[in-house]
Amino acid sequence: MNHKRPIIAATAFFSLILLYLPALAVGYFSINNARYGLAWRGFTLEWYTKLFHDQYIIEATVNSLILALVSTAISTILGTALAIGLYRAPWSPKTHRFFDLLINLPVVVPDIIMAVALAMAFRILRLLSEAFEMGMLTLIIGHVTFQISFVALIVKSRLESLGHETDEAAMDLYASRFFHFRRVTLPLIMPGVVAGGLLAFTLSIDDFIISFFTHGPDSITLPIYIYASVKRGLTPEIHALSTLLLIFTAVIVVIVERATRKNE
Amino acid sequence: MAETKFDKDMAKTSSAEPDRDGVLADASDKILVWRGEMTSFKSLRTRALALSAPPLVWLTVLLAIPCVLLVGLSFLTRGQYGEIVYVPTFENIKRLAGFGLFGWNANFVLILLRSFVVAGITTILCIALAYPLTFHIATRPGRSRVFWLILIIIPFWTNVVVRAYAWLLILGPHMPPARLAAWLGLINEGGSLYPGSLAVYLGMVSTFLPFMALPLYASVERLNWEIIEAAKDLYGQRLQIFTQAILPQTRPGLAVGVIVTFVPAMATFVITDILGGAKTMLIGNLIQQQFAQAWDWPFGAALSSTLMLMTLICLAIFKRRQDEDPQGSILNRF
Repeated sequence: MNHKRPIIAATAFFSLILLYLPALAVGYFSINNARYGLAWRGFTLEWYTKLFHDQYIIEATVNSLILALVSTAISTILGTALAIGLYRAPWSPKTHRFFDLLINLPVVVPDIIMAVALAMAFRILRLLSEAFEMGMLTLIIGHVTFQISFVALIVKSRLESLGHETDEAAMDLYASRFFHFRRVTLPLIMPGVVAGGLLAFTLSIDDFIISFFTHGPDSITLPIYIYASVKRGLTPEIHALSTLLLIFTAVIVVIVERATRKNE
Repeated sequence: MAETKFDKDMAKTSSAEPDRDGVLADASDKILVWRGEMTSFKSLRTRALALSAPPLVWLTVLLAIPCVLLVGLSFLTRGQYGEIVYVPTFENIKRLAGFGLFGWNANFVLILLRSFVVAGITTILCIALAYPLTFHIATRPGRSRVFWLILIIIPFWTNVVVRAYAWLLILGPHMPPARLAAWLGLINEGGSLYPGSLAVYLGMVSTFLPFMALPLYASVERLNWEIIEAAKDLYGQRLQIFTQAILPQTRPGLAVGVIVTFVPAMATFVITDILGGAKTMLIGNLIQQQFAQAWDWPFGAALSSTLMLMTLICLAIFKRRQDEDPQGSILNRF
């Protein structure tokens, strides 16, 4: 359908290089047996094994995992409820549009504004309770805040692609409301819920900006640790850690892509 | 899509009452059939609220209200030790406009302008790369197309700190790009290509290219190629073919791409923080300084409010464009 334009293909490949050169560079330095310099000194996994003996990195990893697991669990439930509530009720089109805007907002609003707003909220909440001292709790609340919208958007698009015929059928067959939710709605939207949850998880693991503004001295996460290392001085261990983080995210994204594509 | 389906359902149920909003307000106890269920608007609405109220309250308390409070905080005073003093003042706004202790200074105004310029150039570079990229993907056969798409989606989700610092490695001293630049006499022998504009733009474009390419692809995928063929048959020049046959068809995706590239690019601080120096500071870096180093919340709030205003202006322009041809958000793919 189109004449082959070499310049188009060339630009496409150039874009790909631009996108992947950073990851390749980090990966290269993570398996190069040289603490300094770029010359290839042979393959090594030394930097990776060292990760498991570094107490700070282990601590940051544990923090990141707790944070991601808890915030993902909360935001998946809240986001799914939000999507169902918005999509399955007789809202007027105007109200519907308003809600749409509201859940799209965290996707469009710059991270740094969200981070500052959260810091502001915690500063006020601290007047009420000491629990809102910057730490794991504020991190979790902060992450849930930006995850909700992503989960809701993905579940909502799943609900929309399902339509209402199954609901009507279930109701016609005298399904109770609970039975309907448990045996009809939930299994049908499950791929969306899982995809939303997985993406919320990667968002949390990879988030830097929100964490940077809402963490405390005892709740360093992996991206914050990496950032601090960039400022302090990079080591091959950090490259190894970053490579693992990149691979982890890539794997989850591929899983989500495959899962959602199959269901289309 | 969703909208029309919804409207159809609305029409089905509201046949008893012509005015939808009226139904919700007045006849909320009236029995009706809603998707196979005998119920009333009142109970439907209660159920929907029970589900959506907790997350909506969450977003309101932690995002919406603090944003409003930030605007208020812009007009308060910073105390000696970083505390907030409840004395109303325009000092922060004045400072932002450049009127400091020592007379007028262009620094902050320059940073605001630079945020616009850097985001603008980044957006243009991304558009220039995204069109060939998405055309290339759209003309791939089935499986290879999915593969290419996933290759574009992965960087969209990966960690921004890692992606930014990776350029430090690539552009560092003794690496091929720096050697080439030294050989050409652009930098000193053994020097590096950061901090500076080149590093910042490489970081920006490689970070934001997927933001542009993914929504644009949604439009390119649906291109009517016959129109482009027709333009060629009529001896249209390349530029003409683009502006007359391609651009109008891809405008919805392009609009989404521009908004989701420009706004975060304008607000970024990680990329400029790692790859740039004082000369490439953007408003995001300034905000981060106020909250993380200077502990000057009122001035930080004034800067954040300015950035919010800039974001709102961008969104308003986008909204006006989108009303002509709505096409969802970047996440529609999932």
